[in-house]
Amino acid sequence: MNERVAEHRSRSAPRRSAPAAAADWTRLRKTVAVGLKSIYSHGLRSLLTVLGIVIGVAAVIAMLAVSEGASFEAQEQFRQLGSNNIILKSVKPPEAEASGVAGFRQPSVVYGLTYQDIETIRQTIPAVSNVIPSRIIKKSVRHLGNTVNTDVVGTTVDYPVSRNYSLRQGRFFSAEEVEEQTNVVVLSDEVASALFPVTDPVGDSIRIDGNYYKIVGIMEPEAYSNLGQSQAGSSNAAPSRIFIPITAARYRFGETIMRQTSGGMESETVELHEAIIQVQGQDVVEDIGRIVEQIMQRRHARIDYAIEVPMALLRQAEESALRDQIVAGAIAGISLLVGGIGIMNIMLASVTERTREIGIRRALGAKKKDIVLQFLVEAVILSGVGGLIGVVLGVLIPVIISVFWDMTTIVTVGAPLLAFTISALIGVAFGIYPSMRAADMDPVEALRHE
Amino acid sequence: MTDGAVAAGIEVVAGVRDIRKTYHMGALAVEVLHGISLDFFRGDYISIMGPSGCGKSTLMNILGCLDQPTSGKYYLGDEDTSQMADNDLSAIRGARLGFIFQSYNLIQQLTVVENIELPLFYQGVPEEQSRRTAIELATRVGLESRLDHKPFELSGGQQQRVAIARALSNDPLIILADEPTGNLDSKSGAEILNLFDELHQQGKTLIMVTHSDELAERSERAIRLRDGLVESDERTRR
Repeated sequence: MNERVAEHRSRSAPRRSAPAAAADWTRLRKTVAVGLKSIYSHGLRSLLTVLGIVIGVAAVIAMLAVSEGASFEAQEQFRQLGSNNIILKSVKPPEAEASGVAGFRQPSVVYGLTYQDIETIRQTIPAVSNVIPSRIIKKSVRHLGNTVNTDVVGTTVDYPVSRNYSLRQGRFFSAEEVEEQTNVVVLSDEVASALFPVTDPVGDSIRIDGNYYKIVGIMEPEAYSNLGQSQAGSSNAAPSRIFIPITAARYRFGETIMRQTSGGMESETVELHEAIIQVQGQDVVEDIGRIVEQIMQRRHARIDYAIEVPMALLRQAEESALRDQIVAGAIAGISLLVGGIGIMNIMLASVTERTREIGIRRALGAKKKDIVLQFLVEAVILSGVGGLIGVVLGVLIPVIISVFWDMTTIVTVGAPLLAFTISALIGVAFGIYPSMRAADMDPVEALRHE
Repeated sequence: MTDGAVAAGIEVVAGVRDIRKTYHMGALAVEVLHGISLDFFRGDYISIMGPSGCGKSTLMNILGCLDQPTSGKYYLGDEDTSQMADNDLSAIRGARLGFIFQSYNLIQQLTVVENIELPLFYQGVPEEQSRRTAIELATRVGLESRLDHKPFELSGGQQQRVAIARALSNDPLIILADEPTGNLDSKSGAEILNLFDELHQQGKTLIMVTHSDELAERSERAIRLRDGLVESDERTRR
């Protein structure tokens, strides 16, 4: 008897010492193969089971893509407006408009930012490093037979730097040119191509109100028409602009703009239309914004100005993006939870159906953990397949959204990865209970099961 | 101890000592086995007979390590299995026992070869080796042309032959057969019994539960149970 046992031991010994990793790998591979077979044999049922996971995963990816896109747009605008900037704008006060409607038309309206305003801001707030004023006047601009209606922006040398604008060609005007009220102009890309469809504009001239201005440079086209500018004030809503020295603008066009209306002449006097206040240190921008507001309140009886802090806009955008993400996460979470319950339900049914198989496997030497592994693998395959389908849909939906609703959507590498991982984890979480139930069956009872 | 045990030089492969089994049905406790002691020798060809409810199935479940006695000891090889944990029982089933069931109990999604190598899979035997063993055994039971068939494509007799090959795959100490010909027509049944005779001649230890006198006559040792006790245990042929 001992000899028999010894023989047995020696025979089983090399089995145990055989490369365990390779054996485990084979076992897992075979377990996966069995799981796949079982899922495949109930094709429709399996598909319906994973629907919850599919929807959940697709929702996670699509919603993340939309909110990522929105946040990208906000950041892009923010980048253009400048992170250190506070933007002050002149706004025609509502009283002036209202009185006009009521018939007591004031022939002349005086409102808006003044040179004194920006001087006060510059001098009272040490954190303000620079203030770039501009005047914005609508004009017809001509070259040969071509005419374009555009905003003429009179400003200083630092304007492109403060706004993160760059030049496509040539240069911006210089400090001397501002000093000397020189008639030089920098065109936007749109104006340049409208006025000079074939020839190179740099070095050539354009005409505004009978005066000629020499073209020294052309701006890079803007990637995004930005939120901040299109919102506030009609004065600079046009995307195409040309830039001249602020001194030249003041000298050539004056501060009063005359308009021909049905009732006669009407005039508007505005010293400055816009000022970009550059602040040292991003973290104080919002505080400085409030101080600027206080100064302006003290200096102006009417609200004939608007203050825009891009940093605050970005923060609002990010807050709303975060809210969106929380809502999206909750919806996706509920969907994944429902999906997980679906998987658990079907796994329980599968365990009951295969009671006898479990008994056979147990009789043939399967340990409890082998049975757990078998059903767990099956649950994970189910949720994993659901996850994969979900990833495909989740990547397609943002594409459809951006085509049909003209929204920026961005699918990051992380989102599908995250969603897929969550789906696999759900397979584990909701597969554990059915698997344990399978493993805990009494082998004798299981073998007797019809 | 039984008379056969005295025979010198015969190796005991398994033995039960005063095993009892009590089932609890609610408040009611029913003792099914009232103390059974038996020795099984290497090369034994045993039939266990007895009327329904005599405890045959319970004894077989205990011998198969699928169930444990309430008291008493069961030695398999040199190990006492009566107090073993579930994991060790699984291991010992996989390593030392072969099962043949009345209703074949093949796994329907697996092919003939895959069914045969299933015990080896749970033993962690490398795939090439288990595949080779399975093909050898399939050939031995005459199913070399059906390797990749699924069980439902086979006749009852063929399915039972697959089950026999499966029971042999781990080279067990004991092969346990529960009514192996119960679901078969007489011709297929005879084929299965011929196969059993062959295994016996090769020195395998076979224990089968049966109602059939014909089977009992072919075996060399007939154990009769009645009311949870051994009624008789005799050598039928030499």
